[in-house]
Amino acid sequence: MTNILVAGVGGQGVILASDVMADTFLEAGYDVKKSEVHGMAQRGGAVSSHVRFGKKVYSPIIKMGEGDYLVMMEKMESLRWLNYCNPATVIVMDAVEINPPIVNIGEMEYPGDIEATLKKHFKDVYIIPATSIAADKGNERAANAVLLGALSTLLDIDEEYWLRCLLRHLPERLHDLNTRAFAAGKAIL
Amino acid sequence: MKEKRLLSGNEAIARGAWEAGVRFASSYPGTPSTEILEAMAQYKEIKAEWAPNEKDAFFAAVGAMLTGARALASMKHVGVNVAADPLMSVAYTGVNGGFVLVTADDPELYSSQNEQDNRHYARFAKVPMLEPSDNQEAKDFTKRAFEISEAFDTPVMLRTVTRISHSKSPVELGERHVPDRPLEPVKDVPKYVMLPVYGRERHEVIEERLIKLKAFAETFEGNRVEMNDTAVGIITGGISYQYAKEVLPNASFMKLGMSWPLPEKMIREFIDKVDKVYVIEELDPFWEEQIKAMGHTIDVGKDKVPLCGELSPTIVAEIFDPTYTAPKDVYGKPIPPRPPNLCAGCPHRAVFYTLRKLKLFVHGDIGCYTLGALPPLSNLDTTICMGSSIGVTEGASQVLGEKALGTMVCVIGDSTFLHSGITPLMNMIYNKSNATVIILDNWVTAMTGAQEHPGTGYTAAGEEAFAIDYLALVKALGVKPENARRVNPYNLEEFERVVQEETNKDETSVIVVADAPCALLRRAIESYNAPLYVDEGACTGCRNCLELGCPAISWDKTKAGDYKTADGKIKKRRGIAVINEKLCNGCGLCYQVCQFGAIKGNDEEVALGFQLHKKGTAD
Repeated sequence: MTNILVAGVGGQGVILASDVMADTFLEAGYDVKKSEVHGMAQRGGAVSSHVRFGKKVYSPIIKMGEGDYLVMMEKMESLRWLNYCNPATVIVMDAVEINPPIVNIGEMEYPGDIEATLKKHFKDVYIIPATSIAADKGNERAANAVLLGALSTLLDIDEEYWLRCLLRHLPERLHDLNTRAFAAGKAIL
Repeated sequence: MKEKRLLSGNEAIARGAWEAGVRFASSYPGTPSTEILEAMAQYKEIKAEWAPNEKDAFFAAVGAMLTGARALASMKHVGVNVAADPLMSVAYTGVNGGFVLVTADDPELYSSQNEQDNRHYARFAKVPMLEPSDNQEAKDFTKRAFEISEAFDTPVMLRTVTRISHSKSPVELGERHVPDRPLEPVKDVPKYVMLPVYGRERHEVIEERLIKLKAFAETFEGNRVEMNDTAVGIITGGISYQYAKEVLPNASFMKLGMSWPLPEKMIREFIDKVDKVYVIEELDPFWEEQIKAMGHTIDVGKDKVPLCGELSPTIVAEIFDPTYTAPKDVYGKPIPPRPPNLCAGCPHRAVFYTLRKLKLFVHGDIGCYTLGALPPLSNLDTTICMGSSIGVTEGASQVLGEKALGTMVCVIGDSTFLHSGITPLMNMIYNKSNATVIILDNWVTAMTGAQEHPGTGYTAAGEEAFAIDYLALVKALGVKPENARRVNPYNLEEFERVVQEETNKDETSVIVVADAPCALLRRAIESYNAPLYVDEGACTGCRNCLELGCPAISWDKTKAGDYKTADGKIKKRRGIAVINEKLCNGCGLCYQVCQFGAIKGNDEEVALGFQLHKKGTAD
């Protein structure tokens, strides 16, 4: 059983990234469950999705402490999900920082000790400038494809499944951008 | 091998209905049920409709069913309250074509005003309820529900929860089979006319039906015993089954796929075979109470399993797995929250800014604008359920009398107004209320993700339709023409003036916001405006613009200290406001709020609101 928790900020493509993962694992022959919650106006709100695959998956949500991979599209969001981790959890994270409203209006500070916290408690922490890489490739919205590329190097699943499933979820005009973003994410780890 | 596809629970229900030969479906959008009807609308063989509210959706589906078609109505848990009136009586009439009511419950209140457990409705209405535990079952049970409906002449409820509706898992696809039955109205007065004389007879029929359904529950394949280690026997069902299976894989299970009525014999035999009995169910002790009433002893139930909120493998493990402890929080410091927020350019922000400025008490309703209760806008004072804003304002205005003038108002969205705001407005006018209603017409059912309604000019299938003219409607209900106003809320000065005028009148008034579609509604917005910017030399750091709570505006305290004004004076400030040009769409609100002219646009004239396409056909 492999448990992946994906999180970020509404509008970043968290749900799409987890949809691509779930499809990829299904194509690779595993049982898969994926669960997220969307409801109230989530633009700019915290978004998360659980993806689990293996021979047989029961619960669609991960038990706290049993996350194998934390795929974070925004730095601070990682702090909300540390309860789902254990010392062996691998963290793959975009270096991008997005201020929540309370930080915007100056009532709280954006935490400055995220990297230090993660590196202190977890051995495998990969911080990737995914948003910057995606912007270089043409559009920062492809940051999720960069992270998927990075994650693909850590899981024993053929690249052809990843790419096919990624592109299936996108209109054709975005295929080239996302293929390049995925390759860049793959190259960086 | 059949094709397997990853479907959400909602897509699986729609697929099951399609495979079952459903011809008609109706719904009102509501999380977590919305995507069921959206998925139905993708099948060309199904006439899938958005209804103005859940009762109308239920009626429409009943009409289709009475004509011999298989029909489905879907709604969120609280929607069933709205449709409860016909539900209780259709339980009596029974069906012609198969009829399924899908209730999508929301444990944990991800997007609801309560977390009621709708299993009670099945018992209350004396109808069977199926409850899938994954998406394959969501599809299979939907198909079975139609067969059960026709076999037992009963409406059937299918209960899903957010965690099923919005999870994806593999589902095997099948073919569509439409039952071979003529489509025509059936004349059967004692069955379909609920006069007391016939209702009495039907009550006897449904009590007999319930006995037959209990016998059926004993053989229904969705009720399943999985014998394993007999030290512990777990009675569970729905999503809770998955959590229990995860945490206690070696226990014996009695999995209930039919939440009502219960298979008493099967339960007794199961309990006889195991040493200890645990009942694991989300929300209310619905099964536990029934099983206790059968005379059984339960070792662990709601004494340990929480009554409130959603269950999870973590919660189940904390109760039942002595070796498990949830990890401690390794960060240990407060993390800045990231709650849902009104979007940049949202027209509701303009309304709440004004209502707060006027210090009005605001009765609110269900929609994105309920977020107006949260800081920094913080100006929404009650929200009960769909339509409550106008309904409660009527009574409040009668008790307050003159004191209500200029001090109280109610706000309701366009979709919510059409759902259940019209009759309470009628009540206001009829009983001579002095209240003012603001209809926040953003051209769509926004909160659930942009669904059509009778005011948008489009149907669920995307065809053009008549669009209700709100002003004409409220005038027809009796609002005097001079008290029925349309005003653009992005023009803060004009909007404030109109709200003041109308709330001070001793008659019922209605203000409909004009040219204020949801800022995310692509078909409404022809173009956004260029982002605005803060002139660093002019910003005094007064923070007025930050009070709008716009996600595009932030505070930069590194600019605190002395600064030189345009006329060369040296002044002090605490910091300055900054506009994020990636998020700003130039709605013009902050431009108007800034008293120092520090917020500027690149164009000579700053637009108030966006450039819009024409609205629906009639308004």
